Amino acid sequence: MSINMRNISMFAVMAVLFVIVGQLQSWSLSLAILNLCLISAIMALGVNIQWGYAGLLNVGVMGFAALGGVAGVLISTPPVPGAWEAGGGLMLMALVCFLITIALIIFAYAKLRGRARVWSITIIGIIGYFIARSFFDPAVDAIERFDSAATGFLGGLGMPIIFSWFVGGLLAAGAAWLVGKISLGLRSDYLAIATLGISEIIIAMMKNEDWLTRGVKNVIGLPRPVPYEVDIQQSEYWQGIAQSWGMSIIDLSSIVVKLSYAYLFTIVLLFVLYLSEKALNSPWGRMMRAIRDNETAAEAMGKDVKGRHLQVFILGSAVIGIAGAMLTTLDGQFTPASYQPLRFTFLIWVMVIVGGSGNNWGAVLGGFVIWFFWIEAEPMGLWLMDALTSGLAEDSPLREHLLKSAAHMRLMTMGIILLLVLRFTPRGLIPEK
Amino acid sequence: MDILNAFVLLFNFVVIPGLTYGCQLALGALGVTLIYGILRFSNFAHGETMAFGTMAVILFTWLLQGWGVSLGPVPTALLALPVGILCAILLLLVSDKLVYKFYRKQKSTPVIYLIASLGVMFFYNGLIRFVIGPDDRIFTDGERFIFTARQFKEATGLEQGMSFKMTQGITVFVTVICVAALFWFLTKTRTGKSMRAYSDNEDLALLSGINPDRVVMIAWILTAALATIAGTLYGLDKSFKPFTYLQILLPIFAAAIVGGLGSPLGAIAGGFVIAFSEVFVTFAYKRVLGYLLPESLEPSGLVQLLSTDYKFAVSFAILVIVLLVRPTGIFRGQSI
Repeated sequence: MSINMRNISMFAVMAVLFVIVGQLQSWSLSLAILNLCLISAIMALGVNIQWGYAGLLNVGVMGFAALGGVAGVLISTPPVPGAWEAGGGLMLMALVCFLITIALIIFAYAKLRGRARVWSITIIGIIGYFIARSFFDPAVDAIERFDSAATGFLGGLGMPIIFSWFVGGLLAAGAAWLVGKISLGLRSDYLAIATLGISEIIIAMMKNEDWLTRGVKNVIGLPRPVPYEVDIQQSEYWQGIAQSWGMSIIDLSSIVVKLSYAYLFTIVLLFVLYLSEKALNSPWGRMMRAIRDNETAAEAMGKDVKGRHLQVFILGSAVIGIAGAMLTTLDGQFTPASYQPLRFTFLIWVMVIVGGSGNNWGAVLGGFVIWFFWIEAEPMGLWLMDALTSGLAEDSPLREHLLKSAAHMRLMTMGIILLLVLRFTPRGLIPEK
Repeated sequence: MDILNAFVLLFNFVVIPGLTYGCQLALGALGVTLIYGILRFSNFAHGETMAFGTMAVILFTWLLQGWGVSLGPVPTALLALPVGILCAILLLLVSDKLVYKFYRKQKSTPVIYLIASLGVMFFYNGLIRFVIGPDDRIFTDGERFIFTARQFKEATGLEQGMSFKMTQGITVFVTVICVAALFWFLTKTRTGKSMRAYSDNEDLALLSGINPDRVVMIAWILTAALATIAGTLYGLDKSFKPFTYLQILLPIFAAAIVGGLGSPLGAIAGGFVIAFSEVFVTFAYKRVLGYLLPESLEPSGLVQLLSTDYKFAVSFAILVIVLLVRPTGIFRGQSI
């Protein structure tokens, strides 16, 4: 009971912090932080499923989150008929060639043995690559040339963006299956390095495959699942409320929009959290922890260690993919250049370790705490630097440099927090039961 | 003549860049593999160690330039290199004392070390950006070329030029010296032998009276030196930007694994395998084929297998093949 009170009080402190920011800075900012906290919490849950349940090290969180973002684009943007006419057929041909090549390689792998297998797979791969390229290159050319200032890509399906959350999970799960198949069952470091690699490749693809995601030209103005500020400002109903509360309609509209996002995200978070808790406390969850704590013993008991690892890796990546799609939904745009490993991979790791690996509530709390301080560290760091350097002259170069670099303080702070928690309370804020 | 021209073209755009990049990767991978052999974890902070050492070198280079000291045609950075190495050694030894030593005492699993190295990476990253900022820094001075494309054309009378940059020459030269010194140290000196013994079998090494703290300390010192040299050479050849050192981590890891984690010889071989595959796959062969093939067969496209933006994909693909076919790497390092 005492532990439980402790946990509840920690979440309560978090809530008070949001109220303080709301009062001191602005409610709009407080809600903006809250929305990203909710998304971070879901990502941290995903990493916790992999690391906390099974001890799998995923250093490619960024890539899986970005795949979720791509789903946002592919589902919600309206299709571009001109681009489809120009290069859609060729692109489909390239896809067919690619799939046939893969099928032939799998066939050769299954049917042949020894040297014949190596040679036939190599030859099939090379020939298939060139045939697929011969369709792919002109297709890309045609698509990207079509009205490149406004579109220049195939567009999506034009469906509500909410669906992309589901699809984003599926895409990330697919990538996780591929990585897991290759690197699970080897040393734990190999999975880490393989995930690092796949995430870099996913980001490189997003930046360069303009026909699919518009690349660095970005996709902006994705449709929203919630009302637009302008519509709220023009509706008489909200204008009335704003007047009766004595708020400006602009502030109110921004708060209403953010609250609706928060509402949607909270539903997803609670849903994922409920499922995670159920899974963790089921025979399946106990088996996962048994495998994590002693692989050899679990294997001796007849558990399929590699299979379970693959399963849990896919599940965790799918959760990260869902969070990635939600992030794109919140931003309303897809910008491949914004995916940075420090922000998307390593920060999530800090959340999980600080929150308490192996405990779902811990991961959620970690997501909230770390994101909150990640945002608030900037004004705090600037204030601290200003106070520390106040003795120096106004135009001293040292003072200017320190004030300018204060923003980088938070990277250092996060590193120190991670190291301190790992050393002194390795079980985190909310330890595993 | 056409064949010669094609050969020079290949040499200029594939062999020389591949060789330089391979040297830089090999030095980086040596650091990773040393730590792996002695401390048995993949050090994710290695890229940042390289960046930190390079940063120290840059700062000292600026100081030297301010004093008016220069090495003539050779970049001043070489003169600043020892200072950079000292700074990196200090940083790594302090990190070891404050962070990794505790986990050694606890006999933690490699995964815990790895996460600790993530924290260290975060810290270094902030430190570097705090001191020198996130922007591009160019600190090359002295002569730009050992010989230029024009000089080469005049000397040989060929249509294609070949140039050899000063930074490329220095990279190869310094790498050869470093690798020779390292192998001499590992095979001929008592300390080096004790390190190899510790890496091969920790228990037997302890039993025969090898001091583990000393071995670990030497490993960090060597890693700091190699990382600083690799980072400085990379920075001289391209340019110094903290972010690129985070990205170079992947090819370095790939090189270390391809060669066999824990095997110094493997790290060098792996570095060149990765570098040459990257350059070979991303080179546009149009002009080479133009020389070799009759005019009627000349290709219309660039004949580029993959665009240069996907060079990470190349290291990753090689990594995948090695993991699937031979997880211990070419030189049978410690694995699984």
